[in-house]
Amino acid sequence: MSRITIDKEKCKGCGLCVLACPKNLIVMSDEFNKKGYHPASFSSGEDCTGCGFCFQVCPDVVIEVFK
Amino acid sequence: MAKRVLMKGNIAIGEGAIKANCKAYFGYPITPQNDLTAHMSKRMVELDRVFIQSESEIAAINMVFGAALTGARAMTSSSSPGISLKQEGISYMAGCELPGVILNVQRGGPGLGNISGAQGDYFQATRGGGHGDYRTLVLAPDSVQEMYDLVQEAFDLADKYRNPVVILIDGVLGQMMEPVDLEHDVKKYKLPPKDWILDGCKTREPRSIQSLYMKEGALEEHNWKLHEKYKKMKQDIKCETQHVDDAEIVLVAFGISARVCKSAMQLARKEGIKVGLIRPITLFPFPEEEILKATEHVKKFLVVEMNLGQMVEDVKLIINSKADVHFYGRPGGGLSSQEEIVNEISRIL
Amino acid sequence: MKKILFKTEALKDTVMSYCPGCGHGVIHRLVAETIDELGIREKTIGIAPVGCAVFAYDYWNFDVTEAAHGRPPAVATGIKRVLPDRVVFTYQGDGDLIAIGTAETIHAANRGENITVIFVNNCVYGMTGGQMAPTTLIGQKTTTTPFGRDEKIAGYPIRVCELLSSLGGVTYLERVAVTDAKNIIKAKRAIKKAFQVQLDKKGFSLVEVLSSCPTDWGLNPQEAIEYIEKNMIPYFPLGVVKDKS
Repeated sequence: MSRITIDKEKCKGCGLCVLACPKNLIVMSDEFNKKGYHPASFSSGEDCTGCGFCFQVCPDVVIEVFK
Repeated sequence: MAKRVLMKGNIAIGEGAIKANCKAYFGYPITPQNDLTAHMSKRMVELDRVFIQSESEIAAINMVFGAALTGARAMTSSSSPGISLKQEGISYMAGCELPGVILNVQRGGPGLGNISGAQGDYFQATRGGGHGDYRTLVLAPDSVQEMYDLVQEAFDLADKYRNPVVILIDGVLGQMMEPVDLEHDVKKYKLPPKDWILDGCKTREPRSIQSLYMKEGALEEHNWKLHEKYKKMKQDIKCETQHVDDAEIVLVAFGISARVCKSAMQLARKEGIKVGLIRPITLFPFPEEEILKATEHVKKFLVVEMNLGQMVEDVKLIINSKADVHFYGRPGGGLSSQEEIVNEISRIL
Repeated sequence: MKKILFKTEALKDTVMSYCPGCGHGVIHRLVAETIDELGIREKTIGIAPVGCAVFAYDYWNFDVTEAAHGRPPAVATGIKRVLPDRVVFTYQGDGDLIAIGTAETIHAANRGENITVIFVNNCVYGMTGGQMAPTTLIGQKTTTTPFGRDEKIAGYPIRVCELLSSLGGVTYLERVAVTDAKNIIKAKRAIKKAFQVQLDKKGFSLVEVLSSCPTDWGLNPQEAIEYIEKNMIPYFPLGVVKDKS
């Protein structure tokens, strides 16, 4: 089943991927990255279809999608 | 038989540029340089080179910027008001260290002024008319032959220093006709390879050319590097001197004013007045040595210009009260006659 | 399992300076992916504007220069005329393209210069802190329209694609929006089409991309996307405005 990785240090916590994921598999984590943002984090359930919507909307291209 | 052709100044600049392998010309209509734009609109197309009549002088200088990025020799021409519009573009070219030739066929100013010849853009040309600490090399021919020759040197100098070069003439020089020897030998310069151009990163790492330096101290460092370049330009100073050795008074003039002074000098010499002439050809870098050397035995200088007094300031800076510096100027398109200059000489002596 | 989506070669690893949720980052990716997919990275020269995207040469992995404010179409003209077989594109904001650079835009288009223009319309001058731009909507508050843009004193937002469509030299004009995955994929298709028009030497192409500016709009990234959908798209309708290719 598919999954994604998120570069936590490069994420600016804009949250657009959270909205984009049709299965709501991405949440904003509570920890801070070095820049003081709450990075997005992938709660790796089985439902990820590798659709890549999160990748499409990410302004900083910090997500990679595996299918 | 030397190929001598009777030619207008403006046209000679165009033909010299073509001979120097100018690949792209961008122009916009403004008197008194229109015949060059028209000439290039025919010749450049015939030679399968680039000609564009742009939507403004601003667009034209930025097209030169674009062509220069690729390493191609490019030029634009205009007259005073149009040159004012190009100043930002020229500053960007200086900041990005891009070569290019800019011809200014000066006309009366300020504002719309008039369309006759003038020399009121000396400051703008020699001080870097745009924003920031930069200079352009400035060449000021005083004959159609010299225009033909110097535009070729201008392209070499632009490439040598990776810097815009301004050719400063005026409506009179641009419109007058004189014979030109098309095979006249012109100084050639040793040119560095163009290993900095943007033409696609096929065989190399990608490059960027820009004038924005946001890192701490980066722009300051860049400015000092440009400063070194402007100092190095001193090795290419050009200046003509006539009868200075036995002169009791020396005229200092460039361009068309120097032509008038040459006649005035002959008239005065016939009346036994020992007059000499120093004619700066590079206005930047300014020929300081020739003037300093003259102050060793000459105590009176008369600077003649077609403005309210601009080059006279540079002359005063150099002479620095080692001798008297007088000024005779006709602004707003006024052209002094040789008699006026001779009278002025007599008044001073 | 295979990695199917990742940063393309024409986009450097440098962290972009854009604010969280800013549309520039997405558009930079779309341009870079297009260039890689068309296999033209090694013969492309990009021109960055003066504005937030001025640093584009730090983010794109191909030759890029930076033009004076409003002058990219003139610089692009100079490059393309001398190197006709290179791919030349400008990347400009609304102030750059249709305020100070209006003449350069209209005349490069009218000459049918064989270049591609990526026009990022986010209704404000971003870099300088959110002033009114030529595309600022009526009633929209900016640092220079504190009471909302009043057309009686500041005129109307300009629809660039429609403005340029009457020009003979223009071959392809499309307006897209980087709001959600669906629209972003459509935006990429338009950008690819525009570059293809250039590759086919068919003349001037421009893609107008409605993009968000959360910081200067005073909205969070999600609200900014909604602002585009509710306010910008109705005034700046999406779709192909001209296609003579």
